[in-house]
Amino acid sequence: MDKGLELRDVRIEKDGSALIALDARIGSGEVLTVMGPSGVGKSTLLSFITGTLAPGFSASGRVILDGLDITDLPAHRRRVGILFQDDLLFPHLSVGQNLAFGLRAGGNRDARQAKIESALAEVGLEGFAGRDPATLSGGQKARVSLMRMLLSEPCVLLLDEAFSRLDAVLRDQVREMVFARARARALPILMVTHDAEDARAAGGQVVTLGPTSG
Amino acid sequence: MVRGKGLLRLVPALTVLAMLGPVAAGLLGALGPALGHLPAAGLSAPPLTPLTAVLSTPGIDRSIRLSVTTGLAATALALGTVTLLLAGWTGSRAFGLLQRALSPLLAVPHAAAAFGLAFLIAPSGWLARIVSPWATGWQVPPDILILHDPWGASLVAGLVTKEVPFLLLMSLAALRQVDAARSRAVALSLGYGPVMGWIIGVFPRLYAQIRMPVYVVLTYAMSVVDMALVLGPTTPPPLSVQIVTWMSAPALEMRMQAAAGALLQLALVLATLALWWLGERVVARLGRRWVTAGRRAPAVEPLRWLGLAAASIVAMTVLAGIAVMMLWSVAYVWRFPAALPGALSGAVWIRQGPVLSSTLAETMWIASASTAMALVLVLGCLEAEQRYRLRLSGRGLWLLYLPLVIPQTAFLPGLQALLIDAGIGAGQIPVILAHLVFVLPYVFLSLGDPYRAWDARLGTIAATLGAGPNRVLWRVRLPMLLGPVLTAAAVGLAVSVGQYLPTLLIGGGRVMTLTTEALALSSGGDRRVIAAFGLMQTLAALLPFALAIGVPAVVWRHRKGLAHG
Amino acid sequence: MKRFALILALLAPGLAMADTAPSDWPAVEAAARGQTVYWDAWGGSTATNDFIAWVGQRVQEDYGVNLIHVKLTDTADAVTRVLAEKQAGQTSGGAVDLIWINGANFAAMKEAGLLYGPFAEQLPNWKLVDVAGKTVQTDFTVPVEGYESPWAMAQVVFIHDTAREPDRLGSMGTILDWAKAHPGRFTYPQPPDFLGTTFLKQALIDLLPDPSVLQQPATDANYDAVTAPLWAWLDELTPNLWRQGRAYPATGPAALQLMNDGEIDLAISFSPGEASTAIANGQLPDTVRTFVLDKGTIGNASFVAIPFDSSAKEGAMVVANFLMSPEAQARAQDPAVLGYGTVLDVAALPAANKVRFDALDLGIATLTPDQLGKVQPEPHPSWMTRIAADWARRYGVAN
Repeated sequence: MDKGLELRDVRIEKDGSALIALDARIGSGEVLTVMGPSGVGKSTLLSFITGTLAPGFSASGRVILDGLDITDLPAHRRRVGILFQDDLLFPHLSVGQNLAFGLRAGGNRDARQAKIESALAEVGLEGFAGRDPATLSGGQKARVSLMRMLLSEPCVLLLDEAFSRLDAVLRDQVREMVFARARARALPILMVTHDAEDARAAGGQVVTLGPTSG
Repeated sequence: MVRGKGLLRLVPALTVLAMLGPVAAGLLGALGPALGHLPAAGLSAPPLTPLTAVLSTPGIDRSIRLSVTTGLAATALALGTVTLLLAGWTGSRAFGLLQRALSPLLAVPHAAAAFGLAFLIAPSGWLARIVSPWATGWQVPPDILILHDPWGASLVAGLVTKEVPFLLLMSLAALRQVDAARSRAVALSLGYGPVMGWIIGVFPRLYAQIRMPVYVVLTYAMSVVDMALVLGPTTPPPLSVQIVTWMSAPALEMRMQAAAGALLQLALVLATLALWWLGERVVARLGRRWVTAGRRAPAVEPLRWLGLAAASIVAMTVLAGIAVMMLWSVAYVWRFPAALPGALSGAVWIRQGPVLSSTLAETMWIASASTAMALVLVLGCLEAEQRYRLRLSGRGLWLLYLPLVIPQTAFLPGLQALLIDAGIGAGQIPVILAHLVFVLPYVFLSLGDPYRAWDARLGTIAATLGAGPNRVLWRVRLPMLLGPVLTAAAVGLAVSVGQYLPTLLIGGGRVMTLTTEALALSSGGDRRVIAAFGLMQTLAALLPFALAIGVPAVVWRHRKGLAHG
Repeated sequence: MKRFALILALLAPGLAMADTAPSDWPAVEAAARGQTVYWDAWGGSTATNDFIAWVGQRVQEDYGVNLIHVKLTDTADAVTRVLAEKQAGQTSGGAVDLIWINGANFAAMKEAGLLYGPFAEQLPNWKLVDVAGKTVQTDFTVPVEGYESPWAMAQVVFIHDTAREPDRLGSMGTILDWAKAHPGRFTYPQPPDFLGTTFLKQALIDLLPDPSVLQQPATDANYDAVTAPLWAWLDELTPNLWRQGRAYPATGPAALQLMNDGEIDLAISFSPGEASTAIANGQLPDTVRTFVLDKGTIGNASFVAIPFDSSAKEGAMVVANFLMSPEAQARAQDPAVLGYGTVLDVAALPAANKVRFDALDLGIATLTPDQLGKVQPEPHPSWMTRIAADWARRYGVAN
């Protein structure tokens, strides 16, 4: 089986005018960075992959994940993980409940609880399960958000300007952690950013989208 | 799953049917009888007979004129008050206080506000009692025509007290979409005073947003029945009251007259709306000329005090009205000119207790049922809009406002006739459906914005975590929107509790809510009992709002991220 | 089954189908048990509302009848409802089971075949009714013929406050003189409220040298001439009324509230005991008294009738019968409760029941039967209809 994410001749149009054209393959543990100024449609590309394209956009081409064509699957069946620039923790759930929400179904209560505890331990947040997400620091939130996504066992990781809200020191830390966790799970990563530093740190191939690129 | 999906797709159509079906059926149902065609009653008359009968009613010209003048006056005064208040005081401490005082008053039912006002301003009312005889020398009340005055001034006053909070809240919601603060700052820097700057810089865009609510106010003010019964003229009454009188006349021919009157009312409201619309054009043109001339008009600035005074009077009137109802409900003997009851007694509450509680139960049951139905339909619509891009309220919001700009007196007579002809007896179910017509738009208007404003990326996150649309809805979206959902429910309950005409006409007298009960009692004049019912009515409408604020605060007390919502 | 019922209905119009005949009273009581009776009655007076609630409690206890008071602002609402049901072809399951009614509404319903009956004279308590002394077999000159059963006697009285003016006034002429001398201190409920129209009828009867013409239907030929004195009198009175006649209280109790507020000094009532009842519950000062006119005042009976399409006729008859019982009649006459006159021949009652009435303190403001004097009969309903319409034209559109 072909592991990895393949974007086969993807074209996205907005109200009839072409926005993005991309043909790419990201293997296990590889990173593809998509760069370009804001408004160019980078996030639109990601919403096409997650299956949440907004009205007004139309797209053609296929999205193949681990050899499976997921283009027509509903969003919740695609096994695509995404991180936004905001942590987007569910404010009405505790840290533990946020993680439980991500955790794939199955297993008894104790087993699930243990998975959540070990996920928290993995990012140095032991004992945080009962906390209100609003009481966490920015870095802590980013770590919970990452672990929540990983607990859902995605097959690909999408990063939508995921580090742009963090200050410089924290940004390096979090970025390193995300890439490390993704590589440990051999996940392909598609990163959208306008920050050259992100691209450099990722070290993979870089595609630059621009207003002229079609 | 597929079945569920199909159902959800049907919800927008179902909502339109629930909201507009009864209105359309009622208007069509009025058409036949209005043209002298009432086969169910074996009656037929030349097509113009009912209208001729309407127009030859003694004083009908004055009834018609009253509808127009009270409607226009109440709308203009309420809008003017809100405009001057916003222009002169936005952001000030006084404004914050007034906003907090006026917001809950929106929930006070019209009838209760009318009772409170009547108890205050009658020549033997509380205000006169407070200043008599020491300041006025009045040992007996002066023979001044204040309530039921032939010009409808008391009725206009009552309407203004209810419509100012409504327009203020609609304006505040709309202002979030208008960059008011900066527009005013620009105007100030150009040498305009704060009031003039606001009127020139902000008002035109605000008005574009609240135009429909203003039309709702105008329609309501022109066709109100419950307030008109308590405060309005009786020699002759406004057209709406006249129509209800015809509807309850024993002779069936009067049905045709009522139907013709209903269509006349509709035409009148539409014509007045058109007149108002023309007025908008004229004001807009004058405004542009004014702006082009660049006049700064510092003389306008002091008007802000007028706005503050009017809004304060509105707030104090309703609050004092509630206070005087409390006093009356426990008064045993309270004669003019005593400022306070001479003897107190809980007798009214004890004697009326069983009736009050059973009526409260029926009121809340009807309100809960119609609100629950409205919530399901509205959430269904918003969810369908979100999932399938089926937008019910696409272009403008006119569809939602339609049932609110058709006067109740125009379509309820026809609807009642249809229900009777169809052999559907009076009862709670038809009343609940009739309430739904009015509850639905308000619930939709209340919930639509927060629902759409919810960060869709949370939905994307939840979906990528493997949650299907229903799990996203139940586990993420609705819990996060608990506050707005409960507020919308409170709005729905308050709207239902306040309904008079639909309950009276569609319920056929068998369905008794606090509002119909209070109005029935008002003809009898035992002020102590009216006060008790008015208070219960107010409580029934206000309590849900308190719960809507309190419940999320308790449920999410450990969730700071939701504290603002 | 439905078709059969329909044929029966066509064959026997006005005759109740599948109902228990009132003559077989034990069967009526048996059928009534468990029935729900919707009684449409004017709901504007808390005293009557409380009394009806008490009746409901008692018939539940004794007969298992569930009585629900549908509070009306106008009796005509119920008439309309029944009429509409008839027009829609409905023959059972009507919304109304019992109506508090008299006068024009009764005449209209009886004429249109909207009433069940006759039943009233077969009710067990009918034999206690004072048929000879009280007008219970005609209603506004219309023969009752058992289509409604009486439960209260009413007579016009005027209420005044002895602590203030006026003293007793003996005629409509002196009332006018007093009103002119004290403008703004008198008013009457706005017609077509029944008390308002009663006031107009009372005025006409008092002003006419010979009111017997009113016992015949009004005709185009005599109406104008007969009513001319009334309009002349009202033209003089109206500018001297409360609010110069530009507004009127909606009902009798609303006028009493005005009196309590000190806004007026003279009010009309159709219940000799109403003033005492109002004093008893704090609605009027205890200096209030009542008087009647020298030539007497209008009296009539309040009835209950059963619509043709009621599905609880037995229950309704049980309620009607209970209303005529000495227990209910004595309670209704108690000024602390209602202060309504009884329809029973109290003198002829067995001692055990007579004592209920003898024990009653009729209240300080209630006139004795002797003081109430001559009872004048109600005019034919056609007079009231015309007068009310004319009033609306002349005074219902104040300037």
